[in-house]
Amino acid sequence: MAGPKAFAAAIALSLLAAAAPAKAQSPLPEGIQIGLSTDNVSITAGFSGADLTIFGSLENPDPLVARQNRYDVIVVLEGPPRPVVVRRKDRVLGVWVNLDSEAFENVPMSYSVATTRPLQDITEPNSYKQLSLGASNLYMQPADPGDSPATIEEFTAALRERKTATGLYSENVGGVQFLSQNLFRATVRLAPNVPVGTHKARAFLFKSGLFIKESSAQLEIRKSGFEQSIFRVAHDYSFLYGVFAISLAMLTGWLGRLIFRKD
Amino acid sequence: MGIYLPIAEISVNVFVLLAMGAAVGFLSGMFGVGGGFLITPLLIFYNIPPAIAVATGANQVIASSFSGALSHMKRGTLDFKLGGVLLAGGIVGSTGGIFVFGFLRQLGQLDLFISLSYVVLLGTVGTIMLIESVSVLRATRSGAAPVLKKSGQHNWIHRLPLKMRFRASKLFVSVIPVLGLGASIGFLSSVTGVGGGFIMVPALIYLLKVPTNVVIGTSLFQIIFTSAFTTLVHASTNQTVDVMLAFILMAGGVAGAQYGAKAGQRLRGEQLRALLALLVLAVAIRLAIDLFVTPPNLYSLSGAGLN
Repeated sequence: MAGPKAFAAAIALSLLAAAAPAKAQSPLPEGIQIGLSTDNVSITAGFSGADLTIFGSLENPDPLVARQNRYDVIVVLEGPPRPVVVRRKDRVLGVWVNLDSEAFENVPMSYSVATTRPLQDITEPNSYKQLSLGASNLYMQPADPGDSPATIEEFTAALRERKTATGLYSENVGGVQFLSQNLFRATVRLAPNVPVGTHKARAFLFKSGLFIKESSAQLEIRKSGFEQSIFRVAHDYSFLYGVFAISLAMLTGWLGRLIFRKD
Repeated sequence: MGIYLPIAEISVNVFVLLAMGAAVGFLSGMFGVGGGFLITPLLIFYNIPPAIAVATGANQVIASSFSGALSHMKRGTLDFKLGGVLLAGGIVGSTGGIFVFGFLRQLGQLDLFISLSYVVLLGTVGTIMLIESVSVLRATRSGAAPVLKKSGQHNWIHRLPLKMRFRASKLFVSVIPVLGLGASIGFLSSVTGVGGGFIMVPALIYLLKVPTNVVIGTSLFQIIFTSAFTTLVHASTNQTVDVMLAFILMAGGVAGAQYGAKAGQRLRGEQLRALLALLVLAVAIRLAIDLFVTPPNLYSLSGAGLN
């Protein structure tokens, strides 16, 4: 049977930079700033994914380095952290059963990366690890650290693979573009099933492969619309919601009999 | 036309759901069953998470059994006392089922358990019905008179203590099997989303020897309350009832049921039962295949401690 078809909805997400003009005095250290024009984004029920644009600027860039394209920027939009259980199916008497599982704490629900160049061209794998930057370098904290390292490694890999397959972890190489020497624009992908909650946008500045500075901003993603109200009522007033569901069913049954009755 | 289901959190085609509701309504009108045992597997095939398919299936069953029970009440073919005792058992069974449901969900075994229950349940009931109806069809074809059970015949159930009189059903029977039957169907209802009519009806006829004319009305009466209770508890403990989904299915269902009832009048009882048996077996086989085929993804993620 056909899978659920996400409905496209035009959505405008424009996040403007808070302009940060800096005095061009040569000895000052380089910095990076990103700004969001709004601190919350509402997505409707038919949301089928979108690109989120974040503007930012470099402070005190060295014109020579900039001309040689030796500044690199990586922008990350990280979803709220949640506990996650990864389960593996195995065959038991021919039937596929969820057998082994591993629980992780504080796993970012989503993780979208935009970069100026492929990650391996920007800096060393070690510095990514130190910064815990990039979906493959994110540290997944197991709930039970006593489990064997091989098991933890296997389930961590499966967790990343599943998140990438569902579009929640994504990488947009070339998604950061310099518009001028100072100004850059980053495009990160929001998956159709982007989690609601507080997202953290972070920008990392590299100069000739060396990490210089980081800046961050927060963004609230909310769902809006009729469907979202139903969801909220179902969770906040679950008993009344149940009563409503039953009454609706009885009313439909009664009306159905009134309209179509034959006796 | 796409519509976003608020609880299932996916977009679906509203016409597919209406057609699904109408088709199941048609069949349920034709065979005189609630249709929950068809709706839930169909929803699972349509990628609705099994936990939501079960709870929403229970909600949908209320609509069809309520409208059915109304007609039987008018005709006086409803034994309230028998229904009440069945219901008392049903509430106990249903409560137990909800706990098992939540526990399995935490273990990550809920989907498997639902599929397995359906395969066993539908497989058994379908096979028994098929054998029974085919033998009746053969007997009538060869001209032999069908063997009827004598009304005076008693089985072990009628020797149990704590007897109670049910006037409308002209029955004097122990309350233990009645409560037990209600409880097992309540349990099934909360774990699998079925109303249980397709088990209740034969059980009342063959085990308790309730007259056939009051069986369907009484079974529908008790199913309304068991399903309503199941819906309420699922809504307040698991938040898995999707009103939007249930309403679309009901709307299709009540319309389909009327045409089904008309079509059913043209077929003979044993022919109907043979067809229903084949349908039930087909659903069971389809669910069984999914259990044995290597899944595309061996790994799955779920929120821990949530839900």
